[in-house]
Amino acid sequence: MDTTTGFPHRHLLGIEGLSPADITWLLDRADGYVDQNRRRDKRTALLRGRTVMNLFFEASTRTSASFELAAKRLGADTINMPVAASSVKKGESLIDTATTLNAMHPDALIIRHPDAGAAHLLSQKVQAHVINAGDGAHEHPTQALLDALTLRRRLGRIAELDVAICGDVAHSRVARSNILLLQAMGAYVRVVAPPTLLPAAIERMGVEVFHDMKAGIAGADVVMILRLQLERMHGSFVPSTREYFHFFGLHDVALAAAKSDVVIMHPGPMNRGTEIDSGIADDTNRSVILDQVELGVAVRMAVLDALLGETELEMEAAP
Amino acid sequence: MTTVFRNARLLDPASGLDAPGGVLVEGKRIAAAGAGLFADAAGLPEGVAVVDCQGACLAPGLVDLRARIGEPGEEHKETIETASIAAAAGGVTALAMLPTTQPPVDSVHGLEFVARRARTAQRTKIFPYACLTRGAAGEQITEMGLLAESGAIAFTDGNHAVADSLVMLRALSYATAFDLLICQHPEDPRLAAAGVMNEGEVSTRLGLPGIPREAEAILIERDLRLVARTGARYHIAHVSTADAVALVRRAKADGLKVTCDTSPPYFALTEMDVTDYRTFAKLSPPLRNEMDRRAIVDGLADGTIDAIASDHDPQDTDSKRQPFASAAIGGAGLETLLPVALDLYHNGHLSLLDVIGRMTAAPARILRLELGTLAPGAPADLIVFDPDRPWRIDADTLVGKSRNSPFDRRLTSGKVLRTVVDGRTVHLAESP
Repeated sequence: MDTTTGFPHRHLLGIEGLSPADITWLLDRADGYVDQNRRRDKRTALLRGRTVMNLFFEASTRTSASFELAAKRLGADTINMPVAASSVKKGESLIDTATTLNAMHPDALIIRHPDAGAAHLLSQKVQAHVINAGDGAHEHPTQALLDALTLRRRLGRIAELDVAICGDVAHSRVARSNILLLQAMGAYVRVVAPPTLLPAAIERMGVEVFHDMKAGIAGADVVMILRLQLERMHGSFVPSTREYFHFFGLHDVALAAAKSDVVIMHPGPMNRGTEIDSGIADDTNRSVILDQVELGVAVRMAVLDALLGETELEMEAAP
Repeated sequence: MTTVFRNARLLDPASGLDAPGGVLVEGKRIAAAGAGLFADAAGLPEGVAVVDCQGACLAPGLVDLRARIGEPGEEHKETIETASIAAAAGGVTALAMLPTTQPPVDSVHGLEFVARRARTAQRTKIFPYACLTRGAAGEQITEMGLLAESGAIAFTDGNHAVADSLVMLRALSYATAFDLLICQHPEDPRLAAAGVMNEGEVSTRLGLPGIPREAEAILIERDLRLVARTGARYHIAHVSTADAVALVRRAKADGLKVTCDTSPPYFALTEMDVTDYRTFAKLSPPLRNEMDRRAIVDGLADGTIDAIASDHDPQDTDSKRQPFASAAIGGAGLETLLPVALDLYHNGHLSLLDVIGRMTAAPARILRLELGTLAPGAPADLIVFDPDRPWRIDADTLVGKSRNSPFDRRLTSGKVLRTVVDGRTVHLAESP
């Protein structure tokens, strides 16, 4: 295998397993696609003749659109399979669908699924490259990559940044992927949440834990607000959204504790007034939320390039 | 028909015997067993069948405290017939069958059906449990007296804990009238409800909802108070945490009539075996951490944990080939019980006699069965095994109907060479 160029992985199942060099390679490649996406003609022929399937077992607007655009701009044929998790029994349909789709010779399968490990399972059953677009509360690697690209372009580096991830870490795949990526690239990560929204032993992932919003964001370079995933709340994790916003939302009172030039991020979709104040979200001096969306397409192009682009030939030639 | 087993290392945990010797079987029963018996091949009685054990171990057949069989209701996973084949291959000559079938065994006619089917099993003796509550729903107690009269060996709701404290109090209290054994799955169902594996760093990294370890200790603590009040015979199934071992140790010191068992996954595996979303390692209770695993070993070594059960729970491939959270719970265990348990001996934690005792004399005592012994007059349920023969467990070569072994590809030492039930050889291993 050629180790000087390219990306030595068959699938992108998570940030776990990626080296800093892999991450840097993807971010560098994505930087180039940012420029391409701002041109009048956004399309290249890199993946002409390749088929990319979007397999979403969970509702998604931005991520599926972002992947679809990314594939189209690289010249691939794309197809969206919105597999509603409610209409078929979970899991059974995953294997059945995978086997069926595999017979159609897709080159890449992009999967989002409510169960952690679904992308791993799929990757064992198909010949196509598998890209994890979010599996349960496990990982969402392209989100972490686009967050990293946003930070690198805005602040010039990731190493030694002080990043506070705030909110529903327990149910968040975005949080896990970001913790892994930011730490791999040398950043310092804290998490800020009520104890009920933190998973067990989260400190074992090397993060500093705060239960106080002001203390948690004081001195941070970046504040990453997570969506309060109301649809996943099976029990009473927080007493009310009102109380949550008061103590753990990002509003002017909390923000006063942060550095004046703090960068504010949110993976979307936002619950305005629940985890983030509307005015703060729209303050383009500090909020990079729309940059995240823009760079998401570039990052996904880089991932498709990494797995399906010219480097694939070298990978397949390897024994 | 008379058979002589000679040239064996006799292991009889019930009497503490561990010595070279032989066994004389007449018909279905043991006529004599002892050190030095039939040492001289020349002095054998005429007209008897002779089995030369060639120095291998000869012990009572294993008595399995707990196995789930798919019949009735899930015959595609395991039938009584296929389970008995697997049992014979694993040296299990008697097993207690969980009542959580479909439908559950919670009525006299259900029990009689299962008991009748069980008698058709040629290779192992099957003793049915009955449900402790109707439908194993945890609300109303079953006709425990009538079920016991019809042959229920003990009462349990399988892998459903009786969560309601009042129901459990009444069940324990009522059971004392008939001196019945109640067996509990120790897990607070509300604490465990959302979880699919042990809660901790591993579950956090995998993004899987965890079951807090306290779920086990909380239910055991509650039950022990009810047992102290009622004086009922109470058995805790598959303890998996250090906290549970400590609780049982103290309860026994306090003189409570409590026994417990564990099963091989809890002293041989940990939650690390779940990484990569390995659904074959999805069990109930979930695999715990290394500290717990060591505490289980210690509990076995000091006798706090009385017995080792297979916890056999057959699941077909389709129900395991799912994303982890959706995959079926349980592992096939009959065929791997002995070799994995022998790790305890090979690693120096228990003597060979004690390991065998945890799977013979101890479960027989808990279930009050006249089994698990080489005493003259006992049924001739025997195994011949080589504790040192290497065996790489290969799920694909297991003889049971479901091959969902959490021990797939594990290298073990110990193999059952021959299994004898009522004097009849029901399993003979191929020569190495």
